[in-house]
Amino acid sequence: MKFTKTLLATTALTVAAGAVAAQEMTIVSWGGAYSKSQLKAYHEPYSAKTGVTIINDDSSAEAVAKLRAMNEAGNVTWDVVDVVAADAMRLCDEGLAMEIDADTQLAPAPDGTPASEDFGDLLVSDCFIPQIVYSTTFGYRTDLVGDTPPTSVCAVFDLENYPGKRSLEKRPINNMEWALLCDGVAKEDVYDVLETPEGQDRALAKLDTIKDSVVWWSAGADTPQLLADGEVIMGSTYNGRLFSVIEEQKQPVAMLWDAQVFDLDGWIIPAGLSEERKQRALDYIYFATDTQRLADQAKYISYGPARASSAPLVGKHEELGIDMAPHMPTDPNNAKNTFLYNYEFWADYRDDIDAKFQAWLAK
Amino acid sequence: MTDQTAGQDMIAADGMPLKKSLAKSLQREKMRALMLIAPLLIFVLITFIFPIGSMLFRSVENSIVQDTLPKTVVALQDWDELSGELPDEAVFTAFVEDFIIAVENKEHTRIGSRLNYEVSGMSSLFRKSARKVKKWDPVQDAPFRDKLIDVDKDWGDPATWSIIKTHSVKYTNGYFLNAIDMQRTAEGAQAQPEDKQILIKLFIRTVKMSLIITGMCILLGYPVAWILANLPNRSANMLMILVLLPFWTSLLVRTSAWKVMLQNQGVINDTLVWLGLVSNDARLEIINNQFGTITAMTHILLPFMILPMYSVMQTIPPSYLRAAKSLGATNWTAFWRVYFPQSIPGIGAGSILVFILAIGYYITPEIVGGTDGVFISNRIAYHISSSLNWGLAAALGAILLAVVLVLYWAYDKIVGIDNVKLG
Repeated sequence: MKFTKTLLATTALTVAAGAVAAQEMTIVSWGGAYSKSQLKAYHEPYSAKTGVTIINDDSSAEAVAKLRAMNEAGNVTWDVVDVVAADAMRLCDEGLAMEIDADTQLAPAPDGTPASEDFGDLLVSDCFIPQIVYSTTFGYRTDLVGDTPPTSVCAVFDLENYPGKRSLEKRPINNMEWALLCDGVAKEDVYDVLETPEGQDRALAKLDTIKDSVVWWSAGADTPQLLADGEVIMGSTYNGRLFSVIEEQKQPVAMLWDAQVFDLDGWIIPAGLSEERKQRALDYIYFATDTQRLADQAKYISYGPARASSAPLVGKHEELGIDMAPHMPTDPNNAKNTFLYNYEFWADYRDDIDAKFQAWLAK
Repeated sequence: MTDQTAGQDMIAADGMPLKKSLAKSLQREKMRALMLIAPLLIFVLITFIFPIGSMLFRSVENSIVQDTLPKTVVALQDWDELSGELPDEAVFTAFVEDFIIAVENKEHTRIGSRLNYEVSGMSSLFRKSARKVKKWDPVQDAPFRDKLIDVDKDWGDPATWSIIKTHSVKYTNGYFLNAIDMQRTAEGAQAQPEDKQILIKLFIRTVKMSLIITGMCILLGYPVAWILANLPNRSANMLMILVLLPFWTSLLVRTSAWKVMLQNQGVINDTLVWLGLVSNDARLEIINNQFGTITAMTHILLPFMILPMYSVMQTIPPSYLRAAKSLGATNWTAFWRVYFPQSIPGIGAGSILVFILAIGYYITPEIVGGTDGVFISNRIAYHISSSLNWGLAAALGAILLAVVLVLYWAYDKIVGIDNVKLG
């Protein structure tokens, strides 16, 4: 009898311990200020509401490769992963991410608009739940560009009026589009031109005119640092990075929103999770991507919420107390001339054009 | 001879022939030794040999096409891809049958990505076609040839089918061909278009720059090691800490520190401008190029050269030099004929360490290498983490491994591997 009791007690304890351990989930993101904004806007309220402990893992930069390796090993340890839309597409294609039905698995807008309409075109992949709209755009040193600050993206290619170094990302994406735009290709034709070998050569030829004045970056923090050090007079990076250089560090830098390229960042749930973990991940996603939560994130970082219904709710920066709406890439003043990144195109041509681009760089 | 014949008759204490008994105990001893190293052996096997082997195997493995489109691959056998004509209806039917199953299993996009490594556009062709094809019935909706071409005109291009056929083999040389700027085509191996050739160039650059870095480390490390070995112990230990200190600092921190030193508005350029040696508008370009990579990597790898040199030099008795001089040798002759030959094992060990580490370096070239200072490992990293073309990454890695082994073999032939000492 005593033995049975002990056994029962032990079993109960084990089950309880198991339940406690199960109340944990690992969320993967980019680290830095971005992860912090998610911690404040999503993780903390979610933990308070459900008691689930959230473990942060800053591995988004290698998420695609790591997820594939985990999947092959049959041991996926991540529950929710933050990736850019292009990576989400790749993961979806490889069968590494779970498909999501927006209308049944995501929260509707407060007025009842189904999620699929609220997110609209931003649902670029069946596996992807958009979170923010960010843009890759240029910042310039206000003190180093002379009396007429640049107003057009083509200033990047104008060495005569804006001599000095500029920093560009060490990959073809975005650079090829800007080169074609400034070489006289109409916005709507850019990808048609870029699809042909002649068009690719044309873009590279345009980039060739400034090649000697370019510092190539590979981490998002590079351009802000180069601008702050005066190493470059202008450079491309993510708009949130420029926001912190301008507003938080008060450097003499200004934004050149012209021809900013919109891109998306959001969540995926890895394929092959156990039913229990899958349900928890879905529950988190339902909570973290509702209208209020997406608007809350904009208090901490200058990226636009991906839901149409969140835009009116965007308030002031939590620490600086400045209005965040004018710093959003989607703000009408900033979005006078924008460029939408073509995911399908780059999914197809990325490797091919990248090989050409790297060969051109090495020339 | 007599011993052997006698040995046959010898009996051990337990009545067994001595030879057998001896062999048995030797066997037991070997087993015991093996048991002792078993944990390490198993550890190395599981964590090192097996993962590397399975990664290298990816460079030839290509079963995805056969597994996903089995009927199509069989049907394509009879089609002549060089005829310039489309395959017949049987191929299209087989393809639609395979494709419907693939879509159900969600494997159609994976094969699309696989074929997209060869020709751009395959990825979206497979993704888009799936939306229509999955609604078809393999029996009722036949024939499929015109229907499929209606879905996307690329299905009407013999080149599409030729790609599928060319890459349908279970074990392919395609990745290795890609790794040396060639491609597998219907007409056999062909060179990549010139504007996409980069990998061979990077291999050569990697080996060349690694050799330069090794040479720089020898030049800078030798005098330091010599001083360390010839100072009294107490001051040598102090200096040793200076050698080891950077060794304990994070690689990233050291690389970033070089950035601060070398950049246009950096410490070195500022000092030169201040001294008036360089004019303000003609600052030196000493970062984001080969010079930056060589400088930073030489600094980072220097301890790996100094330590083996130092420990070898410590074993060279100073009396040898004194003896040489007392016999009339000049300082230089004494060094060159007596001291230097004895220190070669240390140079050898240091060089091998530095060279092998340098050839696989990734972070430092990425940060300070700009465009002409990056290594082949930066491309491997791209294919592992961005393009997910692990087959090509594995092929590049296998070639790099082979290059190292060949150089190691050459070193053994020229200098002799017995001549390498760590102390």
